[in-house]
Amino acid sequence: MKIPDNTQFTAAAALAAAMSPATPPEILNGAEIVCRAMKEEGVEFVFGYPGGAVLVIYDEIHKQNSFQHILVRHEQAAVHAADAYARATGRPGVALVTSGPGVTNAVTGIATAYMDSIPMVIITGQVPTYAIGQDAFQECDTVGITRPCVKHNFLVKDVAELANTIKKAFYIATTGRPGPVVVDVPKDVSMQTTAYHYPKTIEMRSYKPVSKGHSGQIKKAMQMLLSADRPMIYIGGGAILGDASKEVTELVRTLGYPCTNTLMGLGAYPATDKQFLGMLGMHGTVEANMAMQFCDVLIAIGARFDDRVIGNPTHFNAGNPTRKIIHIDIDPSSISKRVKVDVPIVGNIKDVLVDMLAQLKVAEQKPNKIVAWWKQVEEWRAKDCMKYKMGSDVIKPQYVIEKLWETTKGDAIVTSDVGQHQMWAAQYYKFDKPRRWINSGGLGTMGVGLPYAMGCKLAYPELDVACVTGEGSIQMCIQELSTCKQYNLPLKVILLNNRYLGMVRQWQDFFHGNRHAESYMEALPDFTKLAEAYGHVGMDIEKPSDVEGALKDAFAMKDRLVFMNFLTDQKENVFPMVPGGKGISEMILAEDL
Amino acid sequence: MRHILSLLIENEAGALSRVAGLFSARGYNIESLTVAPTEDSTLSRMTIVTSGSDDVIEQITKQVNKLVDIVKIVDLNEGKHVERELMLVKLRALGKDREELKRTADIFRARIIDITEKTYVVELTGTGEKLDAFLEALDRALILETVRTGACGLGRGEWVIKV
Repeated sequence: MKIPDNTQFTAAAALAAAMSPATPPEILNGAEIVCRAMKEEGVEFVFGYPGGAVLVIYDEIHKQNSFQHILVRHEQAAVHAADAYARATGRPGVALVTSGPGVTNAVTGIATAYMDSIPMVIITGQVPTYAIGQDAFQECDTVGITRPCVKHNFLVKDVAELANTIKKAFYIATTGRPGPVVVDVPKDVSMQTTAYHYPKTIEMRSYKPVSKGHSGQIKKAMQMLLSADRPMIYIGGGAILGDASKEVTELVRTLGYPCTNTLMGLGAYPATDKQFLGMLGMHGTVEANMAMQFCDVLIAIGARFDDRVIGNPTHFNAGNPTRKIIHIDIDPSSISKRVKVDVPIVGNIKDVLVDMLAQLKVAEQKPNKIVAWWKQVEEWRAKDCMKYKMGSDVIKPQYVIEKLWETTKGDAIVTSDVGQHQMWAAQYYKFDKPRRWINSGGLGTMGVGLPYAMGCKLAYPELDVACVTGEGSIQMCIQELSTCKQYNLPLKVILLNNRYLGMVRQWQDFFHGNRHAESYMEALPDFTKLAEAYGHVGMDIEKPSDVEGALKDAFAMKDRLVFMNFLTDQKENVFPMVPGGKGISEMILAEDL
Repeated sequence: MRHILSLLIENEAGALSRVAGLFSARGYNIESLTVAPTEDSTLSRMTIVTSGSDDVIEQITKQVNKLVDIVKIVDLNEGKHVERELMLVKLRALGKDREELKRTADIFRARIIDITEKTYVVELTGTGEKLDAFLEALDRALILETVRTGACGLGRGEWVIKV
């Protein structure tokens, strides 16, 4: 019988390797194996919360010093913080939670990471194998509950499989299109012992991620790009996940074509550059959205034609049926999912772009002079769709973000929650570098901002980390102010407080006859006192003239978390706006109202 | 259009629910699904009958292929193939009906595999259409219960789906 290649790392193989005379067998229990695996993987931080099913693992954590455990105040925040660590560094984030409610609390974090393809390994405790299925205390079907929101998950029933499974988890999480992987470890497995062997590499017959793109397709794409009259380059989060920012920038500059970043792609191409037309999509700029709609050749790089990006796909196609589309993505299922493409290229973005750039250097044809197209683009840009009216009595939220950008010299890591403040941060903070803009784009999870900032600050203590948030979102994970105190994380919380669930209120004004059903928040806490109660510095900023000074003061406090409560214009809306179901060229502008 | 998807998957706990969960999560149809281990006990072979436009079938294939436990997925409609389904039917068999049911079963090359004084259990293999036709040929009132396996299929000739 043919031996399948994935059996080479089975328990028997592990045992044989451990038993070989060169390496005397090391007998470890499951908990020790978990900790050792973290060391092997170079894990710096494990974000977690203890509980019955993971007590043995925590006991081992207590004894080791290869990684630091960060004790959060809610399991959701553990996963968010680990997720942000991964977004900011490119290395897998690790979270550890107990069984039952530990897992269900973590699910929001896992789903958030899954939607944005973030490499993570989540170790979950489980009731002992003999109690599984008995409705034991703190039991839940972790593998079942997390199945739709993970890249893969495992239940480890045999300690001999544990090391191998953790290796697989890291391998799956970080290769191909990344994603979270859950490893469920029953309590008895964490106590049982086995000969320890951690495989250096792993091979799975059922999982073989691609790397190189098809050279014929790449050639075809280059020809199409070089002969374009109205080209447009559309860059998504995949360019950041694939660490291809340098190659993307080189391609855009060499071609001299206009480009746009998606919400998830911000920073992949520098926002202060002239070839950048701003973010596209539901709250994208006129120039980016119009160029997307009316270009003749569109190249999508690590982007997925999401509904918040291209609006109605029927309108997108019908408005320009002759447009040719090239799509580079590591995940074949992202290609031709919402929009049919002409030249699909499946591969690792970086590898594909390196090949494209090499072809570009030797291409006989040079990039088209696209003077007329740039003229058109500049006409759209001249609309200046992001301008806003600034008074002297009320703080405009956009102004706060602009001043934040100035104060931090555009070099901070900015995390955000979800809502109007998120869009303003994306629009007005000009991200020039990848992995500086950390937000929940796919799932749109309110509450991520503060734990995201924690993960980023731990990863990069030398960088300024600002959490742009709203008074709705911040209260969804505000307990983490306590974690920030414990680990002395001097974040800056930029609360754009308009006393409304702003994005909900905006939609209600536009589409629900101004009826503000439950979008006004009464009985807000005194945020300054709250921050002080947690041991931090609080600031209330009510006048536009105080904004800049307050930001300077806050960022000057290098060793303190400063919670800045900006009372902003209650009526301000995010513009431009593409109403749901409309095409991206059908924008509502501030001046239309 | 109706398609038959043939999958090789790791024979591991939960593999079936990953596939079934994917179909329900993304709103794809499952007309039938059948699965069992192959001659290599580490692998299971699953046959899914689904329907949808070419775009939908392409997405289904890509999404299924993305599941980590899936070793291979092939759309049998891409080539010539054979398919079979097994059905067991329990019939009320009394008096003159007993003869008539036996004759009908013979015409369809069905076999009677269980007999009591009052019932027959008939086994029939064929395409789904043939099984439907058999049921239509029977007097509805005599059908006590039916069970069908769902289709399974193989490519014709040298077309082999292997690891």
